[in-house]
Amino acid sequence: MTDLSVNIAGVTLHNPVITASGTFGFGHEYAEFYPLSKLGGISCKGITLEERLGNPPPRIAETPSGMLNAVGLQNPGVDHFIRQDLPWLKQQGTAVIANIAGNTPEEYCTMAEKLSDSDVDLIEMNISCPNVKHGGVQFGTSCQSVGEITRQVRRHCTKPLMVKLSPNVADIVSIAKAAESEGADALSLINTLTGMRIDIRTRRPIIRNNTGGLSGPAVFPVAVRMVWQVSSAVQIPVVGMGGISTWKDAVEMIMAGASAIQIGTVLFSDPYAPIKIVEGLQAYLEEQGIDSISQLTGSVQPW
Amino acid sequence: MKFDTQLCRLLEKKELAPGIFDFWVENELFAQSAQPGQFAHLLVPGKTLRRPISICDVDAGRKALRLVFEVRGEGTEVLSRTNPGETLDILAPLGHGFSLGSPDEKAVFVGGGIGVPPLLYAARRYGKNATVILGFRNKDAVILEQDFRDAGCQVIVATDDGSYGVHGFVTACLQDVLQQPADVVYACGPTPMLKAVSVSAQEKGIPCQVSLEERMGCGVGACLVCACKIKVHGKEQFLHVCKDGPVFDAKEVVWG
Repeated sequence: MTDLSVNIAGVTLHNPVITASGTFGFGHEYAEFYPLSKLGGISCKGITLEERLGNPPPRIAETPSGMLNAVGLQNPGVDHFIRQDLPWLKQQGTAVIANIAGNTPEEYCTMAEKLSDSDVDLIEMNISCPNVKHGGVQFGTSCQSVGEITRQVRRHCTKPLMVKLSPNVADIVSIAKAAESEGADALSLINTLTGMRIDIRTRRPIIRNNTGGLSGPAVFPVAVRMVWQVSSAVQIPVVGMGGISTWKDAVEMIMAGASAIQIGTVLFSDPYAPIKIVEGLQAYLEEQGIDSISQLTGSVQPW
Repeated sequence: MKFDTQLCRLLEKKELAPGIFDFWVENELFAQSAQPGQFAHLLVPGKTLRRPISICDVDAGRKALRLVFEVRGEGTEVLSRTNPGETLDILAPLGHGFSLGSPDEKAVFVGGGIGVPPLLYAARRYGKNATVILGFRNKDAVILEQDFRDAGCQVIVATDDGSYGVHGFVTACLQDVLQQPADVVYACGPTPMLKAVSVSAQEKGIPCQVSLEERMGCGVGACLVCACKIKVHGKEQFLHVCKDGPVFDAKEVVWG
């Protein structure tokens, strides 16, 4: 019997497949397709201290093998999430990951405190959103700022803390190490790569925010490379994401060093993709005679 | 069933006007559950995103949905090359459609261009009590006129260049039609048209529902990209075309 369960910072997931923040809302919509208990976890839509309306539309543009988005963290605020969404989510039989984004370090700390008193299983600190004017990625692009915010939030956070990293940096390894050294329990990467598309008739960017975050198969090899580099340099678990569309992609990401994976953009073409990936991983382990998925983590044999 | 993905066989395909395709796809579940004004989200081989296409009509006997769409870019171009007998991966029925009143009420439908198809299934409900105003660029672009007539509706066609029907915009025709009493106005088309229709209906104190469009992602309300500004209890909010819409009460829409 193969074992798909993984442990991320003390939290046991019954399989390594997590739906990525911003692509799955708070789970209600996809619960129409399948029981959410089939998922290892859900990383909820990014939440902020106060409600946010988000950016004006258009917020999305298709690209070769991917898409750009600039939603701008539209969400009902942390209190609403804890009161209205979390109780239902906790009944679904899957790990619940709260994804937080703030304008200031104080906001991150306040949210971490509120969520530490709630039933969430894990907190994912988003210091990598490219689509908001304040906060987001401004905290995520230097070792000093990543270290500083991780240190501050760590003091207010009694839940396992996962830091979500931006790929829009010169040296992701040193940033990952800064988060680890200041107390991160896990890392998740990659957030989207900043991109742009222009309508050649109107000469306007397709996205109203001008730029947006690139996701989908186009970013997959970049994500695999970054997960490999980061997981080779840190001791804490790495959750890999970026363009995973099939169970084969998932195996590749896990071999690169991911202990678990997140699935996002592929949901928009195939809502059932996470389920197919779980089934594919199970079949692969059986075929290969591997007892536990965790044996695959970091099993790439580099030249 | 609320919504789901299904593989649907393309039964019949026509090109109604240059670049405007008319598909009948077979699916019993969708034919049973689709409501007027809802839409279907079609998988395009090789593309990251599905393409939202309004549901034009339902044939319960054939267990089929009718989807009429315009080739706008690469995705719809790929879809247009699907042949009868081949299957399409469709996520449907999606969204919040038209709220229909009693068939005895007098309903006015206003459609512009590719905004015409989503009105047919709703207009069918009102039959002879529906007055339908359809606007197109020119004679070649006219679609579905006979379908509305076959449904018993009174049909007025307008073209921008006067090459067919009334010369001018649907909004001018609407002003004339609203000289007579009407209970409700339904509209789909370009934003300036919807805004003008909304103003005309409001001046007469007639309820008006509009079907909006926005670039879309998931189609089910999770990704939040297809935002449209709507007044909720007097407060402006970004709601979402795919889940809260595509049909909204015109007086709540904040026109950009």
